[in-house]
Amino acid sequence: MKAAAPMAQAVTTSVSRIGYGLVLVVLVLLPFFSSTYTQYLVIHMMLLAIYALGFNLLFGYTGLLSFGQAGFYGIGAYVCAGILLRYPSVLAGVLGGVAAAAAAAFVIGVLSVRHTRIYFTMLTLAFGMLVYSVLWKWRAVTGGDDGLVGIPRAPLDLFGLVQIPLRTVTNFYFFTLAVTVIALFLLYRIVHSPFGLSLQGIRDSEVRSHFVGVHVRKHRLLAFVVAGAYAGLAGSLLAPLESAVTPVISHWSNSGDAVLVTLLGGVRAFFGPVIGSVLFVLIRELVVQITEYWQLVMGVIVVILVLGFRGGVAQAVVDAWQRWVVNARAQPAHQQAPQPAFGNAAQAAHGQVQQAAERGESR
Amino acid sequence: MSFQVLLYQGLVGLSSAMYLWLLSAGLTIVFGVLGVLNFAHGAFFMIGAYLAYTFYGILGWNLALAIAVSLICTALIGVVVERFLVKPIMHLDHAFQLLLTFGLVLIFDDLAKAIWGGVFMIPPMPRIFQGAVWILGTPFPIYNVFVIGAGVTVFVLLWLLFEKTWWGRIVRATAADPQMAAALGVDVRRLYTGVFALGVMLAALGGALGTPVRVVAPGMGSFMIVQAFIVTVLGGLGSLSGAFVGALLVGVLSSYGTLLFPTVELALIYLIMAVVLLVRPHGLFGRARA
Repeated sequence: MKAAAPMAQAVTTSVSRIGYGLVLVVLVLLPFFSSTYTQYLVIHMMLLAIYALGFNLLFGYTGLLSFGQAGFYGIGAYVCAGILLRYPSVLAGVLGGVAAAAAAAFVIGVLSVRHTRIYFTMLTLAFGMLVYSVLWKWRAVTGGDDGLVGIPRAPLDLFGLVQIPLRTVTNFYFFTLAVTVIALFLLYRIVHSPFGLSLQGIRDSEVRSHFVGVHVRKHRLLAFVVAGAYAGLAGSLLAPLESAVTPVISHWSNSGDAVLVTLLGGVRAFFGPVIGSVLFVLIRELVVQITEYWQLVMGVIVVILVLGFRGGVAQAVVDAWQRWVVNARAQPAHQQAPQPAFGNAAQAAHGQVQQAAERGESR
Repeated sequence: MSFQVLLYQGLVGLSSAMYLWLLSAGLTIVFGVLGVLNFAHGAFFMIGAYLAYTFYGILGWNLALAIAVSLICTALIGVVVERFLVKPIMHLDHAFQLLLTFGLVLIFDDLAKAIWGGVFMIPPMPRIFQGAVWILGTPFPIYNVFVIGAGVTVFVLLWLLFEKTWWGRIVRATAADPQMAAALGVDVRRLYTGVFALGVMLAALGGALGTPVRVVAPGMGSFMIVQAFIVTVLGGLGSLSGAFVGALLVGVLSSYGTLLFPTVELALIYLIMAVVLLVRPHGLFGRARA
């Protein structure tokens, strides 16, 4: 029985490598056989994925629920818009937006990560809404409730060597795809680095992490800055895509979307938020065609997820897959394979519930 | 800026603080007893307002009756929500409670949109509330004075309920130690449902009281809940007096903020909350919870 688990792991790994490759190939080829509208939707999925992945570094990996990510999203979008309106270089805009969001996340993070649990959530909510109210009221700079309009999809200028125009949706699609792949890769490395493991240690037991010498607050702050930068990146890609930004993008309900997407896809799987983003945009598109009350459908989905599937879609798929692989491998060797306690995923899901119960007790 | 204007603005702030207080009272009671932070609490405020508005029209402009019916209906919705949705997740982390109730916000907001649409009408004022009273030489609408009175009355009644009645004592005991209370024969499940219904009714009362003066719109719950969060966190989660003081603070300050520095009025409230939390992490009246 013991031998089956690593084998299943190896199979899962190679299958998932092939899977990632296939997805990437499909994404690269997509513009050649799809409409501009499809590309536009996929761009939105990618932005949402970046946004939610950053959020999940905080929530899934560090155990901090932020309800203020939309603030950083808004800062990224507005700073990028401001730069593009003055200086037409998409690289400058995006980098500026990310830097501004990261800087804001640093300041807000220093104040917020002293708190955990519910107070952290409330503080981030308040700071996020602070950004919202500033964007709403500071008419001279942000355009107030009209927002900033006429943001150009400026060309991608690589060190004065090449200039790639991004005016068409297809070109912007490729640009977004490249940025998304880089962002995903970087975050993957972060999550699997010693730093990422420390974050998970903090999530599972703050006291123990502190005991083995992890500087808990510094780690939390760094995670918060990374999450803020990712929200800012998503926002700063939105500005040239839509060519307009309005304060609504920094309202707390947009923070709620990051939470929703992550929960939908799966908190404990790295690619959970990506799956969640794809599903979110798809569901919204489908529901909007039937009824204008798509929030109602989303709300019902959230309630069902929280009540029954706290691991999200990713967890359900991983569980089913591992069960299948292990059973397929184990069956010939052991005629009566008992249901084994396989895989990290099942244990993680179990641990999550248990841990939640523990936390509930210590309330 | 004359004294008259400042006084008037202060009274306006006080009366708007009362709606906020009623909303926050329910939020903080439910958190204090059940340990659940309810994102959908603002939705009950909205439902209370819509129902009161509807019944006000149906019942021939009888405000008191309309509010009473609205409260009962909202409480029934609250009981269903508590029984079937809140109960299964009570033992989970706060994050999941916030998520579930966030889902409820989405559902209720869209349901309100579907049922009532955006109502941007203010129904007529009952005859006894028409006109103004003179306070220190400033005319002030009677209805606002009534709302202030109602808010203070509710505060006193709640205090009496929790401090002086048998039921209040049981509630406090259960909040302190549910297991011990259950061992002593308290039906904790029923108590939780009752407390949740009470909290929801307070929110609905806040919404319903605004019927003759405030605009009812689908997004009002999501706007109010953020303010109520600020109020309860300011005052200390689970503390009734804290919620009262917090609501007064936020209501009056934002009223003066609108008058004196309109551009930073909204930002001001969030800043105050941040500062209070940094200085007193558990709020003005809060005690540290393990």
